Amino acid sequence: MEATTVEKYTFKDFTSDQEVRWCPGCDDYVILRSMQKALPEMGLKREDVVFISGIGCSSRFPYYMDTYGMHSIHGRATAVASGVKLANPKLSVWVVTGDGDSMAIGGNHFIHVLRRNINLNILLFNNEIYGLTKGQFSPTSLVGQKTKSSPYGNTQPPFSPGELAIGAQARFFARIGGNTPKEMTELFIQAEKFKGTSLIEILQNCVIFNDNCFVKYTDKDVREDKQLFVEHGKPMIFGKNKDKGLVLNRLKLEVVTLGENGITEVDILVHDAKEQDPTLHQMLVRLEYPLVTGIIRSFDDVTLEEREDALTAKVKAGSNFTKTDDLFFSGETYEIV
Amino acid sequence: MITDKEILQPEVLEAVVIRFVGDSGDGMQLTGSQFSDTSAMFGNDVATFPNYPSEIRAPQGSLYGVSGFQVHIGSVEISTPGDQVDLLVAMNPAGLKTNLYAVKPGHTIIVDTDSFNKKNLEKAQYDTNPLEDGSLENYRIIEVAMSSLTKEALKEVEGLDNKMITRSKNMFALGMVYWMYNRSTAHTIEFFNKKFKNTPNLIESNTKVLNAGFYFAETLELIPNAYTISPAKMRPGKYRIIMGNTATAWGFLAAAEKSGMELFLGSYPITPATDILHELVKHKHFGVKAFQAEDEIAGITSAIGASFAGDLAITTTSGPGLALKGEAIGLAVMTELPLVIVNVQRGGPSTGLPTKTEQSDLLQAMYGRNGESPVIVIAASTPANCFNFAYEAARLALEHMTPVILLTDGYIANGSAPWKIRTVDEMPEIRNNKILAPTENWYPYNRDEITLARNWAVPGTKDLEHRIGGLEKDKVTGNVSYVPENHEYMTHIRAEKIRRVQYNIPEIKTEFADEGDLLIVGWGGTYGTLHTAAKQLDEEGFKNVGFAHFNYINPLPKNTEDVLKRFKKIVVCELNSGQFSKILKINFNGLDITQFNKVQGLPFSNDELIQQFKKWI
Repeated sequence: MEATTVEKYTFKDFTSDQEVRWCPGCDDYVILRSMQKALPEMGLKREDVVFISGIGCSSRFPYYMDTYGMHSIHGRATAVASGVKLANPKLSVWVVTGDGDSMAIGGNHFIHVLRRNINLNILLFNNEIYGLTKGQFSPTSLVGQKTKSSPYGNTQPPFSPGELAIGAQARFFARIGGNTPKEMTELFIQAEKFKGTSLIEILQNCVIFNDNCFVKYTDKDVREDKQLFVEHGKPMIFGKNKDKGLVLNRLKLEVVTLGENGITEVDILVHDAKEQDPTLHQMLVRLEYPLVTGIIRSFDDVTLEEREDALTAKVKAGSNFTKTDDLFFSGETYEIV
Repeated sequence: MITDKEILQPEVLEAVVIRFVGDSGDGMQLTGSQFSDTSAMFGNDVATFPNYPSEIRAPQGSLYGVSGFQVHIGSVEISTPGDQVDLLVAMNPAGLKTNLYAVKPGHTIIVDTDSFNKKNLEKAQYDTNPLEDGSLENYRIIEVAMSSLTKEALKEVEGLDNKMITRSKNMFALGMVYWMYNRSTAHTIEFFNKKFKNTPNLIESNTKVLNAGFYFAETLELIPNAYTISPAKMRPGKYRIIMGNTATAWGFLAAAEKSGMELFLGSYPITPATDILHELVKHKHFGVKAFQAEDEIAGITSAIGASFAGDLAITTTSGPGLALKGEAIGLAVMTELPLVIVNVQRGGPSTGLPTKTEQSDLLQAMYGRNGESPVIVIAASTPANCFNFAYEAARLALEHMTPVILLTDGYIANGSAPWKIRTVDEMPEIRNNKILAPTENWYPYNRDEITLARNWAVPGTKDLEHRIGGLEKDKVTGNVSYVPENHEYMTHIRAEKIRRVQYNIPEIKTEFADEGDLLIVGWGGTYGTLHTAAKQLDEEGFKNVGFAHFNYINPLPKNTEDVLKRFKKIVVCELNSGQFSKILKINFNGLDITQFNKVQGLPFSNDELIQQFKKWI
C-alpha cells in the first residue's frame, strides 16, 4: 500500500533561496516567517501550495516562498488566483496583496472574489500607505494624513477593509496586528481550514513611510487594553485585567467594566463568528475602541467550485456528448455526395 | 393587390442574393437563417450575413431600427454573402428605404402593403408612398397584404393574441420565398416542432402561416416560378451550416480534446465576441470551464492563472477589450505562458461601431503593449475556417509557450457558411511543453533548443516548485534580474522565439497566377470578397493577376518575400487605413506596394474591387 501521509515539513522547506529585500524592521518579515511556520501544520503537500501576488512591497512575498508562485500585475492577483483555483481546485491558493493593490487598482477583483466565495486565502497587508512607490496616500490612509501626494493632508476618506469586505459578502474575515506572530500563525492555519474565501487583514507597520501607524493598538504595552481578540463562542472580554467587555446597548456596542453597575460575565456578548447575518460583525469591524482582532466572521457557505462541480455533474449526466465529434455531428447536418 | 409591373422571363441562375428586412422585432434573423439552412440541405453553397441595429428594440418602424439578414445561395462556389440583391423582402417602409440602394435594377422587391400606412411612412421619412409615387419604376414590386393574410390564415387557431399573430407574418414571407426558389418547407416545419414542443398552438400557427405564404405564391400565377438553382459542386462529405463565432468555439473544444487538456475560458461580454462565450458555457459535458469575469482584465488574468495551473486557457473579446487586456498580455509574454486571446474586431476607435466590421485592430494586436512584447498574430478568413484557426491558435500557444492573438471580425463571426465537419482524429497533433519531474540542472526557463519554448512546470508537480512573474527574468534561473545585458538578451530571445514560429506554419500560396503584373493581397475576414473579385478577373482573362491571402501575420510565412517579389505591383486591400501594408513595408524593401482601403464598417463590394483593380492592370 502506498503511503498516504504527507511528508513532515519544517519552515525551512518553505523558504526559497532568494534574499529577502524588505526594509529592516518591516512587519513583512514577521508575516513571512509566520506563514513559513504555519504551512507545515496544514497537512498540505508543498507542490500543492501556490502564492499569487500583485504589485507592491507585499507582493514580493511569493519569491521568498519555496512553493509555486506568481508575482503578477498590479491589482490582479485575486483574478489570477481565481483562475488558478478554478483550473485546479485541489491546490491551496494564497493571495498576497496590499491596501493599494487590493482596494485601489484591484478594487473590482477584490469585491468580486469575495462575492463568489472561491476557496482561496487572501492576506491583505494594510499599512495605510503606498510603500513601493515611496509614500503616497492609499485607500486606507486617514483624512488629514500627510504623505508625498497629500502634503497638506489627505482629503479622501478611507475604506475600512473589513467593512468593505463584509459588504461584498466575505464569509471569512480576520484581523491581526503585524507584530503578533503566534496568533498570526494560528490564523493562517484557520484560514486554510475554512472552506471559502478567507480574508486576513494584517495591520502592518511601514517603518519608512508610515511608521507607528498602528502603534496605539499594537504596542506591547497597550495591546491588551486596546485590542479585543475575539474567539468564537467566547465572551468578548479584554483588558490587562480581563475586566472590560462589550455589550449591545440599543443598536450600539458599548464597553462596560465587569464588576461595575452590577455587570457580570453573563452580561457580556458572546462572539458568534458563524452567524450568517453580518450586522454584528460589521459593528465589530468598525469599532475603534477596542480594536477587534481575531476571526470576526467565519460563516460556512457553498463555494463557487462546489456550485460549478454540481452543475457540471448534472449537465454531464443529462448529456449524450462525451467527445466533440458527438457535438459536431449532432443536430442538422447534411451529406454532399 | 399585386401589381406586377414587368413579368420577367424564367431564368436559371447560378447564384442569387436575397435580403430580408424589417423591424428588429419582426424576426428577420430567423427568417433568413431558416432559408439558408434549407438551401444548404438542398445542396447549395451558402453564405449569410446578419445586419442588425445595436439597439435591442429600437422604436418600431424607425430607420435605425431596421434589422436585416442577407443570404447568398448558389450552385457555384459562394465566398461572400453577396453585394447586390436579387430579391428584397421588405416588411415595412423603413426597411425598404434603407435597403433599396442594394437592389439590382429590374429585380424584385416583395413588400407588406399593410405596413405602408401613414404612420410608418412618416417614421421612415417618406413624404409620399413609394408604392404609389412612381419612384420604384425600375424594380419589380410584388405587393402583398401580408399582415391581413396572416390574420386570415390564423382566424381559426385558438389561444393566439394579436401580437402573436402579427409576429408570425415573417413566416408568410418565408413561405413565399420557398415557393419562388423551389424549396421545401419541411425543414422549417421540423424546426417549429422542436422549438415550440411545449406550445402546440405555436407549431400550428407558424406552420399554417408558412404554408399560407407558400400556397399564396403558388396560386398567384403572376409570380413566375423563375428561379431554379441546382446544387453546388462541393467536396463530398458531411456538412453543417456554422457561424464564425460557433466555429471559433468549436475549434477550441477540438484543440482541448486533441491535446488532452482542460479548456478554460475567462471572458467578459462584448459585441460581437459574446457568442463564443455563449457557445462555450454550454459545453460543461466536455468539462469546459467558462468563467464570466467581472471585467475584461479579470477575463484575461483568470485565464493566465488557469494557464499557470496547466489548462488550455483562452480569453475572448473585441477591440476595446483588447486594449484593456494589454498589460496582462505583457505578463503572459514575460512569464511565457500559453494563452489565446480572440479579438473579434469591430469598428473603432473607442466604442466605435460595435455591430459593424473592420480590420483596424491589427496594429493593436501587433504592438499594443508596453515594452517590446512580441506575440503570435493569426487571422481567420471565413466563418468555417474560424474552426481551423482557433485550433491553430491553441496549437501554436501550447507548442511555443506564448500568447497568441487570433483576429476574426464581425463579418465572419456573425456570417455563416457550410462547414465540412472535421473529426478530432483528422486534426493535426498538438504537443505541449509540460514536464513531470525535474531534470538535472532544472530551471523554469530551460528552453527547447529548436523552438526556444520554455518548459512548463505545473503546480501540483512534485519538486518543480518555482516562482514566475512580470519582472525581468534571469536567462538561466528565471529569478528576478536587473542585469542590463540579461534584459537585452531576454528581449532578443522573446523576439527570436516568435520569429521561429515561421518554421511551424504553412507557406503562403497564390491563387490564379504565381507571377505577373498585379498581386492582390489581403488578410483575415476579407478573403471571400477578394477571392470573388480575383476569380472574376481570372475568368475575364486577366491571367497576370494573382491573389495571396494571409492568415499568419506574426510571424509572416517564411516565403512571403519570394512570393511578393514575383509580381510587379502589389495592392494590399484592407478594411482599415493600411495597417497590413505597413507591416509588409517594414519587413520588405523594394516592393511596389499600393493600398486599397475602406473604413466604413462594411465589407468590400465586388464592384468596387473590380473597378479599382482594373485601373491598375
